[in-house]
Amino acid sequence: MRYVDEFRDADKARALSATIASLCEPGREYKFMEVCGGHTHTIYKHGLEDYLPENITLIHGPGCPVCVIPMGRIDDSIHIARQPNVLMTSFGDMMRVPGSGGNFFDSNAEGTNIRMVYSPLDSLKVARQNPDMHVVFMAIGFETTAPSTAMTLLRAEREGIDNFSVFCNHITIIPAIKAILDSPDLRLDGFIGPGHVSTVIGCHPYEFIARDYGKPIVVAGFEPLDILQSIYMLMLQLKENRSEVENQYSRVVPWNGNPTALRVIAETMELRPYFEWRGLGFISHSALRLRERYARFDAELKFAVPGVRVADPKACQCGEVLKGVLKPWECKVFGTACTPETPIGTCMVSPEGACAAYYNFGRFTRTRVREASLS
Amino acid sequence: MCLGIPGEVIEILADRTDLARVDVSGVKRAINIGLLSEETVEPGDWVLIHVGFALSKIDEQEAKAAMEFLESIGKAYEDEIAALRNSEIL
Amino acid sequence: MSAPPSHREQQVLDRIERVRKRRAKVKEERITLSHGSGGKATQTLIEAIFLDAFRNPLLEPLDDAATFTVDGARLALTTDSYVVSPLFFPGGNIGDLAVNGTVNDLAVSGARPLYLTAGFILEEGFPVADLSRIVDSMRAAADAAGVVIATGDTKVVQRGKADGCYINTAGVGVRQDSRDLGMNTVRPGDAVLVSGPIGEHGVTVMLARGELDIEADLVSDTAPVHGLVADLLAATPGVRAMRDATRGGVATILNEVARAADVAVVVDEAAVPVGTEVRGASELLGIDPLYVACEGRIVAIVDGAEADAALAVMRAHPLGREAAIIGRVRPDPPGLVLLNTVFGGTRICDLLVGDPLPRIC
Repeated sequence: MRYVDEFRDADKARALSATIASLCEPGREYKFMEVCGGHTHTIYKHGLEDYLPENITLIHGPGCPVCVIPMGRIDDSIHIARQPNVLMTSFGDMMRVPGSGGNFFDSNAEGTNIRMVYSPLDSLKVARQNPDMHVVFMAIGFETTAPSTAMTLLRAEREGIDNFSVFCNHITIIPAIKAILDSPDLRLDGFIGPGHVSTVIGCHPYEFIARDYGKPIVVAGFEPLDILQSIYMLMLQLKENRSEVENQYSRVVPWNGNPTALRVIAETMELRPYFEWRGLGFISHSALRLRERYARFDAELKFAVPGVRVADPKACQCGEVLKGVLKPWECKVFGTACTPETPIGTCMVSPEGACAAYYNFGRFTRTRVREASLS
Repeated sequence: MCLGIPGEVIEILADRTDLARVDVSGVKRAINIGLLSEETVEPGDWVLIHVGFALSKIDEQEAKAAMEFLESIGKAYEDEIAALRNSEIL
Repeated sequence: MSAPPSHREQQVLDRIERVRKRRAKVKEERITLSHGSGGKATQTLIEAIFLDAFRNPLLEPLDDAATFTVDGARLALTTDSYVVSPLFFPGGNIGDLAVNGTVNDLAVSGARPLYLTAGFILEEGFPVADLSRIVDSMRAAADAAGVVIATGDTKVVQRGKADGCYINTAGVGVRQDSRDLGMNTVRPGDAVLVSGPIGEHGVTVMLARGELDIEADLVSDTAPVHGLVADLLAATPGVRAMRDATRGGVATILNEVARAADVAVVVDEAAVPVGTEVRGASELLGIDPLYVACEGRIVAIVDGAEADAALAVMRAHPLGREAAIIGRVRPDPPGLVLLNTVFGGTRICDLLVGDPLPRIC
């Protein structure tokens, strides 16, 4: 597969790995955070940590939009799905996220109609095909996905579709990164920057990280070589005492982002004054809602969601994992009460969650596995 | 959720110019290219696809540059290994 | 390379292993779609509810078929239900799927398939013409496999139930091979083979639903593999066990092997045959072909020393042209499936909980 396979070449990986190692100062520890859940997934899926020297640690960040959905919003979604004649559509990743009374699958077992879709446009199609149902699209994602929801809204408006609405849970990445930077528990040396979010917002928004906090950030692609190259670029910055924004993913990410995408978001959505992020608490101006002009497509208004704030289960330490303070296995309930089969928190449910990635891929990725694979 | 996959544009749909049929490793799907309205998208172009939309056009020059960089690192590494192998310390 | 796990981390990992070995319990109050996926949820349901209630030595191995001896005749008995949606898809329909699936379960248990049952649950309003098409396909499939559909049943339920047509089958066959095949014979050093490219059925059916607007030149791999299996058994004394790779895909089978035999299965990702279009569709949908259903592929565990010979036998058969040796059995770490990635790293390949593609079989 073009633009994919070339970036999975093992020989180049070994070369990069050696080069990264050669840039390490002996005795110094390096901590880089990969913000994006997609990067966490790649790192574990391809066993990338095997390619890094011992003194480089990767800390998993909160850039997983499924992981940061508070339980209360799941409950709200289920509340909407329970209304008469409602057909809810959702991305597959959301189907197993637990609310206080179960997840979407459990809800379907009790009679709701929540269906998986691949694209928000599919929801619109469902709405056209089911004129006697009201179709709600449960929208999640960072600025990567918000333009797609926005385009869908514009199309719904253009076509005069009146049995369609959006339950908007889009969030923005910069406040999350800022929350990490301001967190006293973390001492990071740099960031592996979000890849696909940057195709929309560009690289400018990250300049404050280099300028005000003095940390290097490299916008990275999602193939293993992309991540290794980004780590190399971070190490080089540190060695040369630079702190800059660099774009490793330049084949996909334009420095100025996607103006059309930004425009359609601005046309249809606005920033909420504040929004709750699971594990990070309330963050101001960190999430989007539909503009008043699009009120008739706003499921939150149409269905008067309870909006109850649901506290995370006491045992859940997702917050600390999301901030990178705890490694997945350091969570008290990791692997025992909280497993992919019986998840307590979102980090274990989302395929990009650090806990799911570690449990499913990374467990044993060390000596025993290497022994087994070499014998 | 971050899932973005590169695909090759096969054709722009005649009746809906905001839609393109793309090929991902032999599998074809119609996707919406409305977010790329400020650029020209033609058959043969490669785009990044996310939930049914093209988010960006893949820049071939940049892709080539990225590959060249990786190859140079690879070459430097091989040279180093060869030099190491060739120099014996008795 | 990365540091060995610290003492604390190793304690956590050990704790996890103890929890995984604990007795299965179903925590949900109601059945969800995950319970039908073939992954962890299904396994838990089977062990906690069915096995617990029905417990007996024939059922315990939870193999594709139950094997037993009656008056000297060594028999195999299997059952399957088919709820695939849509009913008709490129490469087949629910009917030949049902026949081939049952034949295959008997074949991988070392039996020559003989007689099938066919029970139909039909929805009020289902077109008779469609039923005829399905039944004609079943006749053709049965003839091709050399089996007889000896008895059956028909029920009709109200409009809105049964989604058109559900089929249940049972099959009986006779085991002529004197070997005792089974997971308990699998041992370190054994080789893991797969008979052809994976994931074709699951992806075909998913695309045939038409919800995804994806076009591909994909066809279900549904086929009766009893001939391929017979050739393999005849030529290879060291066959330990075989499985029909259906719901849950090859990865699920390998996890079953690892658990049942208490071994590690190490798979070489580069060696696993995957068609370009299955790969493309999987990347597009964000799913892993290793977990996608096949319907005409077997996974065979054979004595390591006979791996190449077994491969040659499979490749000589029309249904095994692209067979491959995809991995080895190791003693450690027991119960786990590991994947040596194309990239050169190693990771775990665990059971999924749910299924990205519901109602595939």
